Amino acid sequence: MLTIGLTHYLILAAFMFCCGLYVMTIKRNAVGILIGVELILNAASLNLVAFSRYKTGLLDGQIVALFVIVLAAAEAAIAIAIFVNYYNNLATIDVDRGDSLNG
Amino acid sequence: MEDSRQGPVPAFRLTLGAMLCAAVLVLAAPGLALAQADGGATATETAANPPAQAASVWEAVLFYIVGGTVALTALGCVLSTNIVRMATCLFGTLGAVAILYFLMAANFLGAIQLIVYVGGTLIVIIFGVMLTSKSPWVKFNPRPVELLAGGAVCGLLFAGLAVAMWGADWGRLTPNPDGFEVAHIGWSLLTTYLVPFELASVLLLAVMIGAAYLARPERGE
Repeated sequence: MLTIGLTHYLILAAFMFCCGLYVMTIKRNAVGILIGVELILNAASLNLVAFSRYKTGLLDGQIVALFVIVLAAAEAAIAIAIFVNYYNNLATIDVDRGDSLNG
Repeated sequence: MEDSRQGPVPAFRLTLGAMLCAAVLVLAAPGLALAQADGGATATETAANPPAQAASVWEAVLFYIVGGTVALTALGCVLSTNIVRMATCLFGTLGAVAILYFLMAANFLGAIQLIVYVGGTLIVIIFGVMLTSKSPWVKFNPRPVELLAGGAVCGLLFAGLAVAMWGADWGRLTPNPDGFEVAHIGWSLLTTYLVPFELASVLLLAVMIGAAYLARPERGE
């Protein structure tokens, strides 16, 4: 137990992933769902960095984690812009209320 | 839309948070130094030498503290119904993941995580919270059946993943001791990963234009 290896990081990342998935499933606040997405993305990059450190010994994992961070920042900016528009149109941020297209 | 959560934070939560911060601060500095000093030493010295042993124990202690912080704050994101509290918990998770990156000798990535994620993305999320609610304490309570179904699915998924990972044979696992220099990252970004790098810059431009277009104020004809 006292030697930290790949498995420890993988299980921690799996826990983060499941927390993020649960947040995405149950939250009705759109910003809350975005927080769940961020948790999932962080779990993925934690996995990538752990594999890069313990398994391959190559840089690839770190580089891909870098791209994950860039994509997450871009995605958060666009998502917040969309949520602000959503809020301006519907006067709420509850995702269940966005049912105008529901015939 | 009621402001029901505006009371003072209970004292025990404050105490818990302060203790956690103090523990991380006290342990992080010498632990990180020792854990990273581990790198060059292990290659040349024998197994029975004290510095490598100490570094390994420090690494384990640090991992359990910081990893526990990650797990607790991620759980806090799940359990709190208050969006501001969720954002605060996310702050803790992102910061602790940055410390884990430092622990794995991915120094550049840890710094980028702190700068871009904690300093940028999280601020954007908090802006979103402020812009999209009349009261930041607004709550939408999910139905119990959703809680149960989601919890069952996620719990089963985590149990399955944990069992699979614990039992998996990962083959040769030697930690790459000394980490990488930043120069290596820059070199591979401009050689092997040049196309994704350029695509990312085009993506950022598109995101900038798109976000400005989406968020612009309505203009009368």
